Amino acid sequence: MSSKPHRVGDGPVIRRTLIGLAVVLTVLFLFMPLVVIFTQALAQGWAGYIGNILDEYTLHAIGLTLFVALLTVPLNTVFGVFLAWLVTRFSFPGRRLLATLIDIPFAVSPVVAGLLYLLLYGSNGWAGQWLGQYDVELMFAWPGIVMVTVFVTCPFVARELIPLMQQQGRDEEEAAVVLGASGWQLFRRVTLPNIRWALLYGVILTNARAVGEFGAVSVVSGSIRGETNTLPLHVELLYQDQNIVGAFTAASLLAGIALITLAVKTIAEWRQSRV
Amino acid sequence: MTIEIDGINKSFGQFQALRDIDLTIPDGQLTALLGPSGSGKTTLLRSIAGLENPDRGRILFSGEDVTGLHVRERRVGFVFQHYALFRHMTVSENVAFGLKVLPRRERPSKREIRRRVHELLEMVQLDHLAGRYPAQLSGGQKQRIALARAMARRPEILLLDEPFGALDAKVRKELRRWLRSLHDELHFTSVFVTHDQEEALELSDQVVVMRQGGVEQVDSPLALYSQPESRFVFNFLGQVNALPGAISGGVLRQGDAWVRLPESCDDDDAELYLRPHEVRLTQEPSRDAHLPFRIEAINVIGAEVRVELRPDGWESQELWEVGITHSAFNARQPKRGDRCYAVPDVGHLFCDHLSEPKTLSWYEAAG
Repeated sequence: MSSKPHRVGDGPVIRRTLIGLAVVLTVLFLFMPLVVIFTQALAQGWAGYIGNILDEYTLHAIGLTLFVALLTVPLNTVFGVFLAWLVTRFSFPGRRLLATLIDIPFAVSPVVAGLLYLLLYGSNGWAGQWLGQYDVELMFAWPGIVMVTVFVTCPFVARELIPLMQQQGRDEEEAAVVLGASGWQLFRRVTLPNIRWALLYGVILTNARAVGEFGAVSVVSGSIRGETNTLPLHVELLYQDQNIVGAFTAASLLAGIALITLAVKTIAEWRQSRV
Repeated sequence: MTIEIDGINKSFGQFQALRDIDLTIPDGQLTALLGPSGSGKTTLLRSIAGLENPDRGRILFSGEDVTGLHVRERRVGFVFQHYALFRHMTVSENVAFGLKVLPRRERPSKREIRRRVHELLEMVQLDHLAGRYPAQLSGGQKQRIALARAMARRPEILLLDEPFGALDAKVRKELRRWLRSLHDELHFTSVFVTHDQEEALELSDQVVVMRQGGVEQVDSPLALYSQPESRFVFNFLGQVNALPGAISGGVLRQGDAWVRLPESCDDDDAELYLRPHEVRLTQEPSRDAHLPFRIEAINVIGAEVRVELRPDGWESQELWEVGITHSAFNARQPKRGDRCYAVPDVGHLFCDHLSEPKTLSWYEAAG
């Protein structure tokens, strides 16, 4: 007997070719670089690796990066939830426009975003000049880094929540209000549990991007070693200093964060799909 | 609790969903809001609950104006069309929700809440499913849980949006009976929305027929069926056989068809409406009516045989339908293509110069 008829687009040749292609590309472009990062970082052995991490400037860069993420992530989480709630639960003129505007940070190159902030809030920009009168300097200092990071990462949470909240509709929320729930009870007992995994997913992405952002931050930070140098900027700095192992050590930290992010993201997606 | 609706208007942009609705929903009765989609029945129900704010008009519960009252404070029970059960809560958590969100000083103790939830679940006969999640329930079970949840705070008004719309025919019928008996037992004031005329007629004490955002007729199911006030209501509440024509000298005539009217009527264009059970089929025309047909189809549907008839020598927009008993069918054995005549017993005459239809009876004339 001959084999069963194939479904459309499911010939064995096509299938094997596509699978093979995907595996080859994944290995070449994703897996090999990751292996290289860790082998290079460990080129001087574990002692050298630890020593490179404990370098004064590297430690400061790690600290600043975590500090920026710690400010950015909560800020954008709250902002994203508010925005998603606004766009999916209310109808007002300009709602669609607002939903589109959320994507601006995705559409604009981060370098351009950094440049705009520099022009606006730098000592020669109009907001910057006004702030300068009060001795407030945002650019080339941590506030500037936080500002551009917030800008670059602000769509992630809202992007995750909006389609989900649209799909879930407002039925359950209406039911809760009819049953007497206050606004806060409604949010805490009905809305939040329904969106929690998507929210976590958005938060993870925000965090990953906040930690890894290079372009926008490099424009506004000035890369002052030990002051305004974040981890991604530090990688470049070390590389330019010909400290290859040091650069890869710093890079391995970023790659490590990325791997953890992926693991948590997978769990969040899996939990979301079961709700 | 009596619900009074006083001059309610509601628009969504250009679309006027409700226009000048005046309505009284009597205390302790089951009222149906019946109408085709887009007639405003759901908007009216949601306005009563407070989920929509009317642009104009007032809503009163037992004489008290609640128009400005927030949904939360109206204390109505509401059953949503797609149940809207909280998907991340178990059945008992769903039912307990209304009690758990009460302000601390009104909230019953945990034990009392547990007891009430148990009681409500027993009322809907689903106590054994207390630990399940909504996704693990069938449609009919979800519906009953939604009802139990809505009843948790003992509302005096229960509002249901298309309560049986998404269920299959058998479950629907069961639930209908069950809701009716529950209502008779607990005596709350209920309003439900439906587009199914059979459901409205079977379940309710009073039916409100809606059309294009307005109220077309309010009546008991029986009165609505036997004395519809407009062609719309007549058409909406079941099969209609129509004879459009012109009256001249007390006879309504069109082509080969004519009917002698038992009451005098001015000469005018008119349309005679007849329900399938108000017509008999005969081999010969009667003294009062000459309505020739060819049999188009014979459908044996449950308790009766439905005969579809094509007008012969005259015209009507739709085929006529007449129900005959199995014994009449067996005695005569009509076949497709046979010629026959319809004899009206009761009919409803819509004259262009009269605002209300005239119900006619041929019984005395024939007797």
